[in-house]
Amino acid sequence: MKAITTTVKPELKKPGSRFWAKFRQQKYLYMMAVPFVLWAFVFSYLPLWGWMMAFQKYKPGKSFFEQKWVGLQYFRELFQDEQFFNALRNTLAMSVMGLLAGFIIPIIFAILLNEVRLQVLKRFVQTVSYLPHFVSWVVAAGIITKMLSTDNGAVNDLLLSLHIISEPIQFMAKGNLFWGIVTASDVWKETGWNTIIYLAAISGIGPELYEAARVDGASRLQQVRNITLPGIRATIVILLIISIGHLISIGFEKQFLLGNNLVRDYSQTLDLYALNYGLGMGRFSFGTAINIFNSVVSVILLFTANGIFKKITKESII
Amino acid sequence: MLIKKLAAASWSDRIFDLVVYAAITVVTIATLYPFLNVLAISFNDSTDSIKGGITVYPRMFTFKNYETIFAFSGLITGFKISVLRTLIGTLLGLISASMLAFTLSRSDFQGRKFVSTFLALTMYVSGGLIPFYILIKNLHMMGTFSVYVLPGLVSAFNVFVIRSFIDGLPYALQESAKLDGANDFTIYWRVILPLTKPALATIALFLAVGQWNAWIDTYLYNGSNDALTTLQFELMKVIQSTTTNADNFRGRNMVEVMAQISPESVKMAITIVVTVPILIVYPFLQRYFVKGMTLGSVKS
Repeated sequence: MKAITTTVKPELKKPGSRFWAKFRQQKYLYMMAVPFVLWAFVFSYLPLWGWMMAFQKYKPGKSFFEQKWVGLQYFRELFQDEQFFNALRNTLAMSVMGLLAGFIIPIIFAILLNEVRLQVLKRFVQTVSYLPHFVSWVVAAGIITKMLSTDNGAVNDLLLSLHIISEPIQFMAKGNLFWGIVTASDVWKETGWNTIIYLAAISGIGPELYEAARVDGASRLQQVRNITLPGIRATIVILLIISIGHLISIGFEKQFLLGNNLVRDYSQTLDLYALNYGLGMGRFSFGTAINIFNSVVSVILLFTANGIFKKITKESII
Repeated sequence: MLIKKLAAASWSDRIFDLVVYAAITVVTIATLYPFLNVLAISFNDSTDSIKGGITVYPRMFTFKNYETIFAFSGLITGFKISVLRTLIGTLLGLISASMLAFTLSRSDFQGRKFVSTFLALTMYVSGGLIPFYILIKNLHMMGTFSVYVLPGLVSAFNVFVIRSFIDGLPYALQESAKLDGANDFTIYWRVILPLTKPALATIALFLAVGQWNAWIDTYLYNGSNDALTTLQFELMKVIQSTTTNADNFRGRNMVEVMAQISPESVKMAITIVVTVPILIVYPFLQRYFVKGMTLGSVKS
């Protein structure tokens, strides 16, 4: 497709008139695309202009030019706030844990599922595993809180009946468990969904490979190691790239819903910090400074992950 | 045949099988049990539930918890608004994503490069919570229904999924339509849309689930507007009210009343009401979204 446009270009003698002639010809295409360009400008690019607020003492109701410029004052305030470093640590920890668990576990699950010979069972397990993906985090958080609760929560009941613990653990009240709970919740909710692509990739591997391996006397484990895994290598790389890209959207939804005051030191992400200390208290400029810092962290995370990734596989996404 | 194969299987393969089935069983139970447990509690007498021990079936069956929650106006309004935003949001989202996908699939469209770059960047560009909040405020969208539909109208990912589907259709179809005198809009509406149904079904599911499950926009922009409350937001308030996070929500009557009557059963009943519509829809669309997911990720 690109080749076509480049071969046409040298012919253009009068680019202006050509452009407008084509423009009239394609007026319907323009009519269909332009509204969304405007939409993207307003809702995606205009908020970036709002970053100026972090350098102003923003007062609602005043126009942009009437605001007082304060330079880096809010960033200095930010760096003197102990809560900020907490939020930063939590954001980093939960992103990295989420990336690792959310990437590795679906691969394992896909391979396991692929080894189920009974097609009916396989389809049933698959259908069940998608289920949590479709419920909201509000529902998921309610269910998780219930399962982990000290009175009649399923997890505590199970651990008690197996005599692993002698009294119920207060999961939701222990800060040092919070990161693990968020990561595990994410795994519970999204593993089945993330498995779809790997399963599709596995089903694309030719059955004759397995046949040949079986003739050679390879065990099932050897088949997984030497056929299935190399067979989905390309997919694994693509999905790793995508999940590294998703590091940018750390968000606050899970942390907001699963967290509480008792675990605040471990649950507060940068976004949640901006919500509580920026929006909640009407300190818009301070909150914007947090948002900016959050973006910087995201970009650094992305480049770091990409750098490590490049070293291992010699491929790059940026 | 199968029996012969099993008999011939070595010990290591049998252990392998055992591990596979054990792991699959654990995963299935871990996924399904919480839902069944919630369902059972929602149908169980609330004072009896406090004693504990409810697993996957109710011990003292009752509809009372559901009667209780449906007596609150917040839930009815929330249901209406949730349905409305899901319908409108999905429809508008489908039209805009498919329109954009169509224009971007046309390699002769001269604005293509600019539009697709402009759009792709939106996946990575974000001003953050507070600039966005101020924007919504300045656009006077606070306290309006439009805030549920407009800001999230187009998702670049959806556009790219549909586009890769259109790319798979023969271009000759469009050319012959053109010879018949169809303009580009007619081609989109009459030729492309009907042929893109599988991709549209996938995207419709994504959009509908996203709309149904959204609550942050209600919390941020319509939190004090009872007429525009959504089901997820009502559930969020009820769930948050009984955790220690109580200072985080803007308290209203419904929450307080609910906290008095056994909160747990009521919470579980609302959870079921919020979840059921999705449970009804998703098995039917499963084959579409499996295809759509695979397609979308391989191409992008």
